[in-house]
Amino acid sequence: MEQVFARPKCMSKTPFHYCPGCDHGVVHRLVGECLDELEVGDKAIGVAPVGCSVFAYDYFAFDFNQAAHGRAPAVATGIKRVRPDHIVFTYQGDGDLAAIGTAEIVHAANRGEKITVIFINNAIYGMTGGQMAPTTLIGMKTATSPYGRDAQLCGHPIRVSELLATLEAPVYVTRVAVNTPANLMKAKKALKNAFRLQKEGKGFSFVEVVSICPTNWGKSPVDAHKWLAEKMLPVFPLGTYKDSTGIENS
Amino acid sequence: MADKVLMKGNEAIGEAAVLAGCRYYFGYPITPQSELPAYLARRLPEVEGVFLQAESEIAAINMVYGAASAGARVMTSSSSPGVSLKQEGISYIAGAEMPCVIVNVVRGGPGLGNISPAQSDYWQATRGGGHGDYRTLVLAPNSVQEMADMTRHAFELADRFRNPVLVLSDGILGQMMEPVLLPEPATYDINQKPWALGTTAPRKGGRNLCSTIFLDVELLEEHNWHLYQKYQVITDEFAKGSLKHMAVETHEVEDAEIVLVGYGIISRILKTVVEKCRKRGIKAGLVRPKCLWPFPSQVLADLAAKTKQFLVVEMSCGQMVEDVKLAVDGKKPVYFFGRTGGTVPSDFEILNEVDKLVRPD
Repeated sequence: MEQVFARPKCMSKTPFHYCPGCDHGVVHRLVGECLDELEVGDKAIGVAPVGCSVFAYDYFAFDFNQAAHGRAPAVATGIKRVRPDHIVFTYQGDGDLAAIGTAEIVHAANRGEKITVIFINNAIYGMTGGQMAPTTLIGMKTATSPYGRDAQLCGHPIRVSELLATLEAPVYVTRVAVNTPANLMKAKKALKNAFRLQKEGKGFSFVEVVSICPTNWGKSPVDAHKWLAEKMLPVFPLGTYKDSTGIENS
Repeated sequence: MADKVLMKGNEAIGEAAVLAGCRYYFGYPITPQSELPAYLARRLPEVEGVFLQAESEIAAINMVYGAASAGARVMTSSSSPGVSLKQEGISYIAGAEMPCVIVNVVRGGPGLGNISPAQSDYWQATRGGGHGDYRTLVLAPNSVQEMADMTRHAFELADRFRNPVLVLSDGILGQMMEPVLLPEPATYDINQKPWALGTTAPRKGGRNLCSTIFLDVELLEEHNWHLYQKYQVITDEFAKGSLKHMAVETHEVEDAEIVLVGYGIISRILKTVVEKCRKRGIKAGLVRPKCLWPFPSQVLADLAAKTKQFLVVEMSCGQMVEDVKLAVDGKKPVYFFGRTGGTVPSDFEILNEVDKLVRPD
């Protein structure tokens, strides 16, 4: 009998620890599929963040470094400079990348480090129990914004893709989601583009995935994906903000 | 035999690192260590190495963490306020048992302080300024020659024990020029460590992982005791094993009635003080810890049985003096003299202190 669906070769046989409905598992799988299809699974080195995906290394079969909070792009810089023939990527959430690690992501992008960054933006700190993130929407209630995020008090949600797209060095900056089958297919294509650019030594590639957190949003996975489409996508519009090699049209 | 070259202390560290096989340097500008990154920015490209000026000390130490985990010999350097920023990364590097060399050309603190020489980072260096149960080896050169030699050794020690090694210097040693005989070059290959990420060396298990997280309390306890046992091995090696020669220097201590204790640049002033004391009939001696962690406690404990008193001299309000007191364990009085804030005590000042102690009337 023909096997039509299997675990990507570069992933391990470890069950995900993520909450039911969480997008992390979906994005992990897409990463594994892309690396397999590009035949670089044995040349990949991942950098795990601090946050829900701190144990990302458990699910992949290749080498990994587990970095301090926000520092993954700096750690990845050190690894890639020593091992330029490897595919080095970070996988970071919004607290990690857009708050405590803002300097590291901006400067790794600005140096044009030949790494790939996968940025999971679900507008909240997951692992610490649902605190306000830099990407939390105005009016959104969290453990540390119980009356809703107040722009006068805490500013506005930060749009990292738009910000990084203003820099000269990055070759690919795109924002995707995995809330529908159509968007999921686009997300996979974006991830594959990002890794392909690194494989070809082109430069810094960045894929933001607008995601859900059913547990800390207090919603079922189905309702969370509806809320993502209605509330998050107007603030974080999907699309490609920079594609200096024209990979999307090639 | 090779000729000696005249070099600044900071430059000697840079060249010694290159000779040790270090091909990766990540740092951030700060005085008074600036000659070191400037030297390596020019030198590393000549040997196909990477010099990268990071956006912050925090980023620099995390680049070191990444490069070390990928199997490289790697270094960062800074001065006091910058080393404070690196402490988070040092804790991770120590926890993950990644080898690297960190240079602190110490300046006056706390806070921004000033750019003059000081020894007020002793506690931070020897106690571990970061969080958690960990230790870093701390080497304390007292000449430009030792800046080179100890940096060269630091890379070997880091690899041997899979541990960060600090070279604790100061603004004088960094800035002054002396003739140096450069150490022999090492051959180093990024694929010689079987545990490194991306290595081509034969591995023990399947894939390699560099991590510091142990959610299970029993596993973290096991890891911490594993680290502790490693630190005991290092302590033994310096106290009585293969590294004994790197632990401490003693001078005129056999018949000493007063033993002066100081490290780094202070030890050179103390040597002058001992000579002047001897000329004046005062039986003074000197203990100069070359390694601050592990601390040469046994040498001081043994001397406590022979001498009458100790005088610890530091460019701080008194930090190493606590380790001397722990070693002497109350058997003899331990006195302290210090200058701080970037001032350097003169031999005359110290001689006065010795006079007060040996001739109390």
